[in-house]
Amino acid sequence: MILFIIGVAAGIISGMGIGGGTILIPALVLFVKPEQHIAQSVNLIFFIPTAIIALIIHIKNKSIDFKMTLPITGTGLLGAFIGSRFAVSLSSDALKKWFGVFLLIMGCYEMIRKGKKDSNKDGNNDKNKSYEEDN
Amino acid sequence: MGKNKKKCFRYIIIGLVTGIVNGLFGSGGGSVVVPAMVLLLGAEEHKAHASAIAIILPMTIVSALFYISNGFVNWGITIKVILGGMVGGYIGAKLLNKCPTNLLRKIFGLFMIIAALRMIF
Repeated sequence: MILFIIGVAAGIISGMGIGGGTILIPALVLFVKPEQHIAQSVNLIFFIPTAIIALIIHIKNKSIDFKMTLPITGTGLLGAFIGSRFAVSLSSDALKKWFGVFLLIMGCYEMIRKGKKDSNKDGNNDKNKSYEEDN
Repeated sequence: MGKNKKKCFRYIIIGLVTGIVNGLFGSGGGSVVVPAMVLLLGAEEHKAHASAIAIILPMTIVSALFYISNGFVNWGITIKVILGGMVGGYIGAKLLNKCPTNLLRKIFGLFMIIAALRMIF
């Protein structure tokens, strides 16, 4: 049941466009405690069906700039191969630490980035600061 | 000519870095490629979000196959999380314009930092 709930939470968050894996993987690691590689593979597989559906909708709406995506995908596939190969060569503990460092950077980035103009007024920025100080 | 070369170099680096991050951490490709496209290639924010999916999907398939073929897969966990994710994705899309996403971002940012510290130490 906890797995289903984590899935629902990750789905809501990514459905709202606030990144999925950077929440799903730590939630799994902290609450279900699988091997780090397993948590990451869950997220990779999790992403595929939802991304296919989203991609079909975006192609229909012509919101994808293929001139930009195709060249990036080319070297991206090479990068994916290098990154995955490196990941499977690491121990679970080592990979978890690497992931933790990455997550720390992404978390700090979320804290300092400017939101879209609509709701990120000064009041919000002040709250961000107090969150950071809480740490 | 020089300008084209510079742009071509940027495409190569963005692709490589995004692929490596996404493969190594099983996530985070979007967090890298969206700001990179906006800041380095001058893409519009909403187009960058849509285009990012087209970039990351093939990378993710390659990485997932690599993890699976090395035995790093647990279908029991994966299926349950995916089922939850489908329900959640639907709810999230409905909530999209009704919630203060910027505040949510900060809350999740905080969660990420706490989780990160627990994972490192």
